[in-house]
Amino acid sequence: MASPRADAPSKIILSESDLHRVVDRIAHQILEKTSGATGTVLLGIPTRGVPLAQRLAARIHAFEGIDVPVGSLDITLYRDDLRLHATRALGKTELPGDGIDGRRVVLVDDVLFSGRTVRAALDALKDEGRPSSVQLAVLVDRGHRELPIRADYVGKNIPTSLDESVRVSLTEIDGLDEVKLTGGDK
Amino acid sequence: MIKHLRSAADLDAPTATLILDTAAEMAALAGREVKKLPTLRGRTVVNLFYEDSTRTRISFEAAAKRLSADVINFSAKGSSVSKGESLKDTALTLQAMGADAVVIRHPASGAPHRLAAWVDGSVVNAGDGTHEHPTQALLDAYTMRSRLGRLDGLRVAIVGDVLHSRVARSNVLLLTTLGAQVTLVGPPTLIPLDVSAALSPSTKVSYDLDSVLPDMDVVMMLRVQTERMQDSYFPSAREYSRRYGLDLARMRKLPEHAIVMHPGPMNRGMEITPEVADSSRSTIVEQVANGVSARMAVLYLLLGGKA
Repeated sequence: MASPRADAPSKIILSESDLHRVVDRIAHQILEKTSGATGTVLLGIPTRGVPLAQRLAARIHAFEGIDVPVGSLDITLYRDDLRLHATRALGKTELPGDGIDGRRVVLVDDVLFSGRTVRAALDALKDEGRPSSVQLAVLVDRGHRELPIRADYVGKNIPTSLDESVRVSLTEIDGLDEVKLTGGDK
Repeated sequence: MIKHLRSAADLDAPTATLILDTAAEMAALAGREVKKLPTLRGRTVVNLFYEDSTRTRISFEAAAKRLSADVINFSAKGSSVSKGESLKDTALTLQAMGADAVVIRHPASGAPHRLAAWVDGSVVNAGDGTHEHPTQALLDAYTMRSRLGRLDGLRVAIVGDVLHSRVARSNVLLLTTLGAQVTLVGPPTLIPLDVSAALSPSTKVSYDLDSVLPDMDVVMMLRVQTERMQDSYFPSAREYSRRYGLDLARMRKLPEHAIVMHPGPMNRGMEITPEVADSSRSTIVEQVANGVSARMAVLYLLLGGKA
């Protein structure tokens, strides 16, 4: 996918306060769908899935006082497109101390696009242990799935064309909270 | 990323650091129930060993297998080499078989450089003559960093037969690149004459082990290559051991935090006493485990991306 030119038109999809509200809503939905987040583990997919998972855990704690274990799951070594790009540096995989066996794992990522990252994450997960079930939470679903994968929790559905690009910025990594859509002919 | 790893000098500081960081992630994965990763499925790694080796060959084999590469082990004994086949013809055979990487150990210095010109795949030097052994240097640097937390500014003594040691040469190059200060220690007959010109200008030399120990963060003992004993580089094994062997009394001269390393195989009682080799400061067993992680990192970074 070609990255859009720097001067390409861009539009803010989620402002800082929108993004916070969306994270709050997903946290509530997780609590609702997992009957109080019992036996649940949040695993962020690097890079931006990791701070998102931590925020969800912090919000769940704020709402219900429950400590949900949080970790990260790097999927680089499981990607199916490694040979199409220059070698990628690895991200961190850090599972919570009690592991994931028999737990409900909620994978957390910033953007759901082709679904290939999630497929790689499912493969990586199966080598780490045997969760009782796996769910998926994403901040943005931009469509264009190439695999039969869907998210359980979606922050915002954004219809996009393939020549557009969705840019998620998070304070922990980028210094601000925002979701932007750039490129396209609009 | 570079295509071949022929010398530790192929690595600049960012690339070397990337390898060490990748090795750290690989090491974290070694603790899981399923150690295998699908990353190099469909890739072929040939271990081309013209010299005896236990740990290096097994380590490369384990590393390649954990990444799901197909591994072909070739040792000169029992192959067409004993019928007189040249390195070039062997290389062309491997080329025809579609090797994506060739890991080569060879008694001739520079063999990996020649090989790289004959095959399309990546060449990894697993020890060539008295020249270099870059993956050993990487696993040593990784071990130092994981034990001591940093490499920049670390003071490292490399002790023994520096003259014939490919481990020493690769370590000096890599450690210097990563900001460590290396001191070579040994009898004058076993230290190259002009180290600063041959290796790196910042490298120091000492012929007196006792005087350097109190200032060191790391002491790396080299194997006394007994096959060279009769070449009269030193008068007797006992004299060598008394002046340059690491025993408990000498180990106590090291600062509290300092670690003792050895690339193996050890001559216990010669360059290192059993009490030192088995002490908590010794990283010798750790080095072997780290070797697999470091080699996984090298294979991933050489083969993982676009060819």
